[in-house]
Amino acid sequence: MNTLKRSTHPRPFLSSGRFATALLTAAIMSASTQAIAQDDDPIKVGILHSLSGTMAISETVLKDTVEMLIEQQNQAGGLLGRQLEAVVVDPASNWPLFAERARELLDQEEVDVIFGNWTSVSRKSVLPVVEELNGLLFYPVQYEGEESSENVFYTGAAPNQQAIPAVEYLINEVGIERFALVGTDYVYPRTTNRILEAFLKDEHGIADEDIMVNYTPFGHSDWQNIVAEIRRFGEEGKPTAVISTVNGDANVPFYTELSNQGIDAADIPVIAFSVGEQELTGIDTGPLVGHLAAWNYFMSVDNDDNYDFIDAWIEYTGDDMAVTNDPMEAHYIGFNMWAEAVRKAGTTDVDTVKDAIIGVTVPNLSGGYAAMMPNHHITKPVLIGEIQDNGQFDIVWQTPSTVAGDAWSDYLPGSRDLIADWRKPMECGNFNVVNGSCGGSTAAEEAEAALAE
Amino acid sequence: MRRFLSLALLCFLLLGMTLTAQAQSTDAASSSTNDAAALELLEALDVESYAAKGEAITAILQSDDERARDWLQALLDGRLQRTEDGRFVLVLENRGRDWPVADVLTGEALGEMSRRDLERIGINNNLRNQLRSAIAVVDLYSPNVERRRTSAERLLGEVDGELVPTLDDLIEQEEDEQVRYRLTQAVAIYRAEAGEMAGIEALDGSLHPRSRVALSRAANSDDPVVANAAAASLAGIEQQLKINRGLETLYFGLSLGSVLVLAAIGLAITFGVMGVINMAHGELMMLGAYTTWAMQQLLPGQPGLALILSIPAGFMVAALAGVAIERGVIQFLKGRPLETLLATFGISLILQQLVRTVISPLNRTVITPEWMSGSLVVNDALSLTLNRMYVLGFALVVFAGLMLIMRRTRLGLEVRAVTQNRAMARSMGIRATRVDIMTFALGSGVAGLAGVALSQLTNVGPNLGQNYIIDSFMVVVFGGVGNLWGTLVAGLSLGVINQVLEPWAGAVLAKIIVLVFIILFIQKRPRGLFPQKGRAAEG
Repeated sequence: MNTLKRSTHPRPFLSSGRFATALLTAAIMSASTQAIAQDDDPIKVGILHSLSGTMAISETVLKDTVEMLIEQQNQAGGLLGRQLEAVVVDPASNWPLFAERARELLDQEEVDVIFGNWTSVSRKSVLPVVEELNGLLFYPVQYEGEESSENVFYTGAAPNQQAIPAVEYLINEVGIERFALVGTDYVYPRTTNRILEAFLKDEHGIADEDIMVNYTPFGHSDWQNIVAEIRRFGEEGKPTAVISTVNGDANVPFYTELSNQGIDAADIPVIAFSVGEQELTGIDTGPLVGHLAAWNYFMSVDNDDNYDFIDAWIEYTGDDMAVTNDPMEAHYIGFNMWAEAVRKAGTTDVDTVKDAIIGVTVPNLSGGYAAMMPNHHITKPVLIGEIQDNGQFDIVWQTPSTVAGDAWSDYLPGSRDLIADWRKPMECGNFNVVNGSCGGSTAAEEAEAALAE
Repeated sequence: MRRFLSLALLCFLLLGMTLTAQAQSTDAASSSTNDAAALELLEALDVESYAAKGEAITAILQSDDERARDWLQALLDGRLQRTEDGRFVLVLENRGRDWPVADVLTGEALGEMSRRDLERIGINNNLRNQLRSAIAVVDLYSPNVERRRTSAERLLGEVDGELVPTLDDLIEQEEDEQVRYRLTQAVAIYRAEAGEMAGIEALDGSLHPRSRVALSRAANSDDPVVANAAAASLAGIEQQLKINRGLETLYFGLSLGSVLVLAAIGLAITFGVMGVINMAHGELMMLGAYTTWAMQQLLPGQPGLALILSIPAGFMVAALAGVAIERGVIQFLKGRPLETLLATFGISLILQQLVRTVISPLNRTVITPEWMSGSLVVNDALSLTLNRMYVLGFALVVFAGLMLIMRRTRLGLEVRAVTQNRAMARSMGIRATRVDIMTFALGSGVAGLAGVALSQLTNVGPNLGQNYIIDSFMVVVFGGVGNLWGTLVAGLSLGVINQVLEPWAGAVLAKIIVLVFIILFIQKRPRGLFPQKGRAAEG
C-alpha cells in the first residue's frame, strides 16, 4: 500500500530542481558515454517481463516480441551504428521482485531503456525505481490511467482509448440500456468501473438500478451464481450488456459458464477489456461467437504491415498457430518510437531521448500512425471486435480517427482538472488547470481513498 | 425486429408460392441466369454499411433461390467470403493461414487459399439477430422438428399483429406438442402485452422471462381488470421463481461441492489416512488435466472418446507420478511433517515449471464434447448445466469406488491396519512399504481423476493445481482427517454454504466468510466434523 501511495506522486515539486542537476550530470555523462560509444558497445535493452508464475501466460510472448524487434533492428544495421543487445530478467510474477529486477537492470546492467510490466500493481512497484534512477520504461498494456510519470511511456490504452468508446458503441450502435460491470478484484477493474459508472450516470443518465457491479477474486473458477445473476439481470426486458474487466485465466470458466447457461451474444453481449487473441487460445470459441472486445489492435486487422508482422512473428516463434495481440503491437510501436527518438537525438542518453520522443510519430499495425503525446501517452485507434469461431476477432466498429490517451480521467471528480505535460516549461505529470499549480491537487489520494471504499 | 419478422414471413409465403409455380414450369435451363441473379444478390452483401447489408439479407430472403437458407447460414457463420478476383466462396475450415474453400454458387471445391487473399463478409450482432430471425422464419415451415422447435422458441416476444393470424393457422396444423406450445405462448405474449385477457390467462404459470415481461407490462395497464389479473398471475409466477431459484442455488452449491470433494478426496487418502502432507497434490491434478489434453491431441476429432479414455490414463499418469514422488522423496522423510511439506512444495514448483518449459506457459484448449455442453432444461426458469452434472455424478462414483476399495478389499484392510498401528501390522506379515506405495499411488491417481474432471470446468494450465490445493486441505481438515465420509459431507456443505452466501455477499467476501467460519469451527472442534475414534487416532 505504501508503495502504491508513493508512486502515484511523481514528486513534481522536486522535479525542476532535480531536473537541473540531472541535466548537468547528463551533460557530463553523455560526453563520457559518447566516448565509449565509439567503441561499438552494444545498446542495452532491458526486458522486464515475468517468465514464470501466473503472469507468464501473458508476458512471455511480450519478451519474445521485444527480442524479435531487437533482432530485426540489428539485421537492419542496429541503431546509431551500434548493435542492440537484450538483457532479460525474470521478475516471476512477484510484484516486489519487479522493483528489484528493475534496479538490477538500471544499476548493474546500465540498460538504456526497459520494456516491461503487465499488471498495474507491478508497474506501481517499478515506478519509484525508474524515477529514482532516471530510467526509461515502456509499458505496453491497457491500464486504468490516473498516472503520468516523467520516466514512463504508456503505449497501452488509457480508459478513454478503450473503455469509454466501447461503452459509447454499446449505447449508440447496439442500443444497450442496462449494464453489468463484472471484474476481477484489483486496481485496474475497480478504477475503470468507477470511471464507467460515473460516465454512464452523468453522460447517459443511466439509473442506479440499471447498473450491476460485481467483483471476483483472481483466478475465479466457479461462475455459476454470478452468471445466473447476470441472466436474471438481463431478463427484465431492457437490452443488457456485460462489461468485463475480468483478468486472464478466470475468463475461460466465465465464458464456458455463459455458454452453458445459454447466454448468447445476441441476447446479452459481453464486451471485454482484457481478453485478446492470446487469452482465447485457451478456449473453444465456438459458443462465444459475437461476444465483443475493445482493443486498439486485432490480429485480424487487414493491413500489409500487420501481415508482415504476423509472418515475422510466426517465423520467429516457429509456431504456425502463433497469435499476435494488442500489447504486442504496443511494444512494436513503443520500440519503434524509442528507436526513432534515439535516431533523432543521436544518443541513447535518457534525458535527451525523453525530450526527443515527444511528438515522434511511427506507423501502427492498423494502417495509421501513433504519435507520442506530451503526457507520455500515445494516439491510438479504438477498435471493437466480435469473437469468431477461429479464435480471432472480426472488427465491427472503429473510431474514425485516432484518439489521444488521457492520463487523467474527465469523469472522476478528483482528476477532472488535471493534465500532464512533460514538455518545457510545464514538465508536470499532474498539473491542476483550475488553480494553475503542479501537484497541488490531492486527486491521487482521493482516487485511492475512493478505491479503498 | 418485429416488423422485420412479419415482413420476412410474408416474403416467405410468397416465395413458397413462386417455388411451387417454378416447380410446375420445371425450367432446367435457367440455372445460369439464376446464377447471375444470385451473384447480384450476393454482391449486394459486400458493402460497408451494416444497414445496407440488412437490406441485402431481406432481398436474399425474398428471392426465390432455394440456396438462400444456406447462404444466410454461411453468412451467419462468417464463412461467406470473397476472393481477390471477386468470386464468392464458402470457407470450409478457417484455422491456420491457408483455408480450404468451395464455390458458393456451384459448391465446387477450389482447394486452399491464403487468408490474405480472402475477404470476409462481416456481420455484427444486429445482423446476426436479423439472420437468426430470417432463418427461424424459413425454418417454421421446415419438415425437421428440431428446426421448428428452435424457430418457435425464437418467436417468443417477437410476434406482432400481422403475424398472429398466420401463427394461429400454423398452431392448428402443427403436430409437435412442443412447437405448438411455444407458438401458443408466443401469440399469448403478444396478446397479453396488448392488454387482452385471453393472453394473460394463457400465460398464467408460465415461467419464461418474456412472459414475465409481458405480464408486468400488462400489470401497468389502464384497465383495472386486466391490471389486477396480470398482477395476480405475476405474483404466482414470482412465488414459483423463488422456489426455482432456491433449487438452482442448491444445485450450484452441490456442483461446487463436488469439485471440492473431487479435489480433496485424493488428499483425504494421502494426508488423511497416511498422514503425508503432500503440497504437490494440486500438480498431480494438473497432470491429470494435461493427460486429457494430450489424449485429445492424440485422437483429434473425437473429444468425447478421448475424455473417456483420459479417465484411466489420467489415473495412471498421476499414480505413477505419485509413486515416483513417494519413492524419490517422501519415504525418506517419514515422520517429519515440516520437511515433507517443504519438499513436496518444492516438487510442486518443479512440476509447474516443467510443464511451462516442456509444453507451454499458455493454457491448453481442452474441448468439451457435444454431450457435455449446454444444459438440461427442467422448466423455463430452471436449467441445470450438463458439464457440472457430469462432474457431480463422477465425483459420487469416484467416492463410492474409493469407499469400496477402503472397506471391501484386501488393500483397504491393509491400509487401515498400517495407518492404525504400523509395527503391529508389520508383525502380522503386512509389507508396510508396499502398502505405503499403493496408498500413495491410489491417492495420487484419484487426484489425476479430479484433474480430468476439472479440465472440463476450468483452465488447463500450469497453475491449475495451485488454485485447488488450499481448498483441498480445507475440506479434509474440516471434514475430519482420515474420514472419507467427512470429506464428502464437508466438501458438499462448504460448496452449498459458499453458493448461498455468494449472491448476498459477493464472491470475494463469501470466500472470506467461509474461511473465517472454518477457523472458528476448527477452534471448537479441532478434529473436524467426523473425528476418528479409537486408540489409534488418540495416540
